Amino acid sequence: MPTLEIDGQEVTVEDGLNVIQAAEQVGIEVPHYCYHPGLSISGNCRMCLVEIENMPKLQIGCNTRVADGMVVKTTSERAKHAQAAVLEFLLINHPIDCPICDQAGECKLQDYYMLYGDYKSEMQLEAKVHKGKVVDLGPEVVLDEERCILCARCTRFCDEITQTGELGIFERGDHSRISLFPGKQLDNPYSGNVVDVCPVGALTSKDFRFKSRVWYLEKTPSTCTRCATGCNIDIYHRQGEVFRFRPRQNLAVNTYWMCDEGRHWYKSFQQDSRIPTPLVRGESSFTVASWDEAGKKVAQAVRSTQDEHGADAVAAIIGAKATNEEAFLLSRLLREHIGSTHTAGLSWSPADAFHDDFLIHADKNPNTQGLKSLGLLNGGGEAEAILSAAARGEVKVLFILGADLVTAFGQERIDSVLGETTVILLDTDYNDTTEYADIVLPIAAAVETDGTCTNQAGRVQRLSQAFPPPGEAKAGWEALALLSTQLDGSDSVSITDVFGELTHSVPAFAGLTYGKIGLLGAPLAGVGASADN
Amino acid sequence: MAENVLLRHEDIPDIHKLDIYLAHAGYAAARKALTTLKPEEVTALVKESNLRGRGGAGFPAGVKWGFLPKDSDKPVYLCCNADESEPGTFKDRAIIEKNTHILLEGILITCYAINAHTAYIYIRGEFAYGAKCLEQALAAAYAQGLLGKDIFGTGFDLEVYVHRGAGAYICGEETGLIESIEGKRAYPRIKPPFPAVYGLFGCPTIVNNVETLACVPSIIKNGPDWFRSIGPESGPGPKIYGVSGHVEKPGMFELPLGMPLREVIYDYAGGIKDGKQLKAVMPAGSSFPVLTPDEIDVHMDFDSMRAIGAFLGTAGIIVMDEDTCMVRALGIVDRFYHHESCGQCSPCREGTGWLHKLLVRLEEGNGKAEDIDLIDRICTNMMGNTVCVLADAAAMPTQSYLTKFSDEFVAHVTEGGCPLKKTAVQPEAA
Repeated sequence: MPTLEIDGQEVTVEDGLNVIQAAEQVGIEVPHYCYHPGLSISGNCRMCLVEIENMPKLQIGCNTRVADGMVVKTTSERAKHAQAAVLEFLLINHPIDCPICDQAGECKLQDYYMLYGDYKSEMQLEAKVHKGKVVDLGPEVVLDEERCILCARCTRFCDEITQTGELGIFERGDHSRISLFPGKQLDNPYSGNVVDVCPVGALTSKDFRFKSRVWYLEKTPSTCTRCATGCNIDIYHRQGEVFRFRPRQNLAVNTYWMCDEGRHWYKSFQQDSRIPTPLVRGESSFTVASWDEAGKKVAQAVRSTQDEHGADAVAAIIGAKATNEEAFLLSRLLREHIGSTHTAGLSWSPADAFHDDFLIHADKNPNTQGLKSLGLLNGGGEAEAILSAAARGEVKVLFILGADLVTAFGQERIDSVLGETTVILLDTDYNDTTEYADIVLPIAAAVETDGTCTNQAGRVQRLSQAFPPPGEAKAGWEALALLSTQLDGSDSVSITDVFGELTHSVPAFAGLTYGKIGLLGAPLAGVGASADN
Repeated sequence: MAENVLLRHEDIPDIHKLDIYLAHAGYAAARKALTTLKPEEVTALVKESNLRGRGGAGFPAGVKWGFLPKDSDKPVYLCCNADESEPGTFKDRAIIEKNTHILLEGILITCYAINAHTAYIYIRGEFAYGAKCLEQALAAAYAQGLLGKDIFGTGFDLEVYVHRGAGAYICGEETGLIESIEGKRAYPRIKPPFPAVYGLFGCPTIVNNVETLACVPSIIKNGPDWFRSIGPESGPGPKIYGVSGHVEKPGMFELPLGMPLREVIYDYAGGIKDGKQLKAVMPAGSSFPVLTPDEIDVHMDFDSMRAIGAFLGTAGIIVMDEDTCMVRALGIVDRFYHHESCGQCSPCREGTGWLHKLLVRLEEGNGKAEDIDLIDRICTNMMGNTVCVLADAAAMPTQSYLTKFSDEFVAHVTEGGCPLKKTAVQPEAA
């Protein structure tokens, strides 16, 4: 545990840190471009030059391990002069096209120039080195060679993280440029990360570019729900529309990265197929209903079935995209308000779903592990058992929460099973199962609700509401709380109440609070998740 | 010095042929080292001789060998730096082509000393003939059992490979060279770690210049005292001085280190061509400060050169007469560094190109008075702030030209071009 001095502050840090990391711990940012904690040290940008006592030359912070007694000066005259000089070098051939650059607002050239620049230009525009513009690298990424500062973060990402090696640096000196190796495309499943690691406007996202200035976007920390990995993300949104997902650092889950599939997953929440209002089946088609009407219909169907066929004639199937809170509330609704034990989890993924040994999990549900912890999933045949019971006429009312049974079990099977059953469907979008529903309750998508999911490693992570759901849709937990009220007049609750009740009744969740879960999640008791951040 | 060591082919024709070399006590030093000395004794002799690196930096070779970790279980590699690319420098080429076996013998002895069983000779791509000479000499040496398995029956094995570069100055930087052998772009590595600890393929590695290695056999043969008796104690031994430019007899001269520069130029290279006056000398290749005529009484050894703010470098001496335009000369120097900067570090990548552009502008007569200060400021900002010393190698001569020939730079601004004559503009390097 070396103790050193950085800009007059004494700090004791763990062994093996570099000067940039140590300075960060006392809130000092050593400016840098090429250094990235998830990549090897390259030391090329020279922006992190700092003065270290008893060393004649300035040292790069990224490649200087801290040592006991070291005295570091990041803001001395020499260090500041070197930082300004490096910025000047980086900008002499830069096109300075911020007004039309997509990176503006989150560009380290801009940021550091405001802090360290010397505010005068010595190079005429016509004398600059000209290079390629709008170079197509692959499905996700476009390159502007003139904006590139050759920090080699993108090449290192492809060499070290995906190990696909599509990108290299070609030519020499100030003619150097990033490019694809012959015959290659930047099309690995994680290619979008190079846009995030690019500190300048050289690599931009085909999906995001020119859609919005970044300073108009709000950022909400959340969790990706594309698969069971649960990469930590930031949701960038404005006025009820998501513009992009970006990975958020969590060393226990996704480190610094996310997959392209997850990156595009936001689109799944804002399609035309969203259900805007509660619906009840009329003679031939759905009619729009208020929540009150729909809730009463639900209560009516449940009560009359209970009276006529007993509580166990009411069942529920909960898809593994439901949050822990939603799954808990619906299973409790059946158990405590209705008295049925027929609640089953369903975790369905396409058999041929792409997966790898990095971040992309074969389980395309965010909360399979959560349903297991809630006792809703065990061997996996639970939903099948309920369908069989329905086929035998033993299930008269079936709640379906966030599960497309037709896709999971096939049209023929569902046709033969659900003909006589009253189906109460809670979901975000119309799908092939919707037409079997008698009552449809629209609920919020993952970006529109608070809640938690438990990832494949048993880590409970939070979803955060970026904005309210569209139309009349309600957060799933709110919709279920409302049904509870309809069924027996229990009081309305908050999401934290729901989670509190969950932790009291499910041992695996004991002791957890939203505060403890925080931004980085917390391992579920008894499931092998370990993590440090 | 009576006999040439490094340029021995000038005394003995065809010494690059193994039979001739053997007939003149060739590989006797290697035999002595391998059969009578322990590796550490060889290192001790080289250390005692104070052989300093001939690639330009002048680091003591024996000390460098001593940096190898003692407790490593990884193989040790020797890389012979034959990427001779320094402007005005052609000494290694002579050894490679004409005195080939002294290099191979030096490699053999060095590998024995550092316990390396694999050596690479990294030769610049343009030296196609040199590579052929090496291949032929290697084949002959292998055929005689001087390389390969169980050399001299000692059980010592050594494989030597010739690795041709593809034409980049930066491959002569020792870690750039290592990256290049590994098949990568020759970006110099950040140090530490140094190659002695983490070099080729991540293993302990020694990189020595051709001329350095070619000195080793004579040290073993004649002893360190003999070596130290040649030239100054602080950096002794034979040295090839290469003289080019405006002299009557350009060429190579093997002389002791520490020769007065004036003597090399006037006595050995025949003085300035056509009886003209000397204007400037770049005594150390192009990477170090230029000297003026009143500085050439300096002795050409590591420490004497440092004492006047210059360097010995490769001792590639570029002589310029009174008609030389120093702005144009510097433009050529900076064009070279612009062309050869690998582009890894921001100050060098952008600085070398910027310097070149400003010098083109000055030479064209379009320069501004403030450009001269700007050039100086760019150099200051480049120096000492990069992974390798290429930035310094561009900045140091540039600043020395500005300082020592400032009148000419100012005249190019005030007179709107070259006051000597209108010269062709150096096009920007592609």
